[in-house]
Amino acid sequence: MQVSVKYFAGIRELIGESNSTINVQEGTSVSSLWRSIIETKNVKFDNVKMAVNMEYVKSEHQLKAGDEVAFFPSVTGG
Amino acid sequence: MMIEIRKKSFNAYAEIKYYLDSLNIAGEYGATSNFVGSMRNFNKDKKVTHMTLEYYPGMTEKYLETIAKESIDKWMLLDVLILHRIGKINVGEDIVLVATWSAHRKDAFESCRAIMEQLKSGAPFWKKEETSAGAIWVEKNTPGY
Repeated sequence: MQVSVKYFAGIRELIGESNSTINVQEGTSVSSLWRSIIETKNVKFDNVKMAVNMEYVKSEHQLKAGDEVAFFPSVTGG
Repeated sequence: MMIEIRKKSFNAYAEIKYYLDSLNIAGEYGATSNFVGSMRNFNKDKKVTHMTLEYYPGMTEKYLETIAKESIDKWMLLDVLILHRIGKINVGEDIVLVATWSAHRKDAFESCRAIMEQLKSGAPFWKKEETSAGAIWVEKNTPGY
């Protein structure tokens, strides 16, 4: 199944793109997806935040086909 | 209730008056509380010339709407205004405005503070400052409590 992935701020710069479409297996967790992305890109980033369909999720959250997944650093607005 | 992400600079106090005039609640509110965050020319020991604020279109608005609605449910509020800049921001410009209106000061004070702290800790915005040492992503916000 496919999910769309967005990257923001320092993570976008680290990954080198702002979004991509990735094939994952049914039931893949959002943290597994993140690990596979950083392994593929050969980069490291501590304390990544994760959202699915524009809601914060825990690392064990399981992905579904068509989900919009976002990875970003700690927020610094205001 | 109004939530807005804005690219152009704004004057927070003019925005409060403009929005309040549109509400037609004169006589109903006895308390207005507001927080205005503005762009400093320093961060720790570094000089800052300007910054760029990035956000997550869709999720940022959704998050701000949620915290505003939760505040209306939790406190006796007549209205809430949240306005936040994005894009290039120069020193001295306003970055964020939170304003709340209620019959009495307790609800206005407490809700304004709570909205601001939730915005700082969870709203998807990211600051990249142009400093004397180059462009730097701000890593975390200072604690508010």
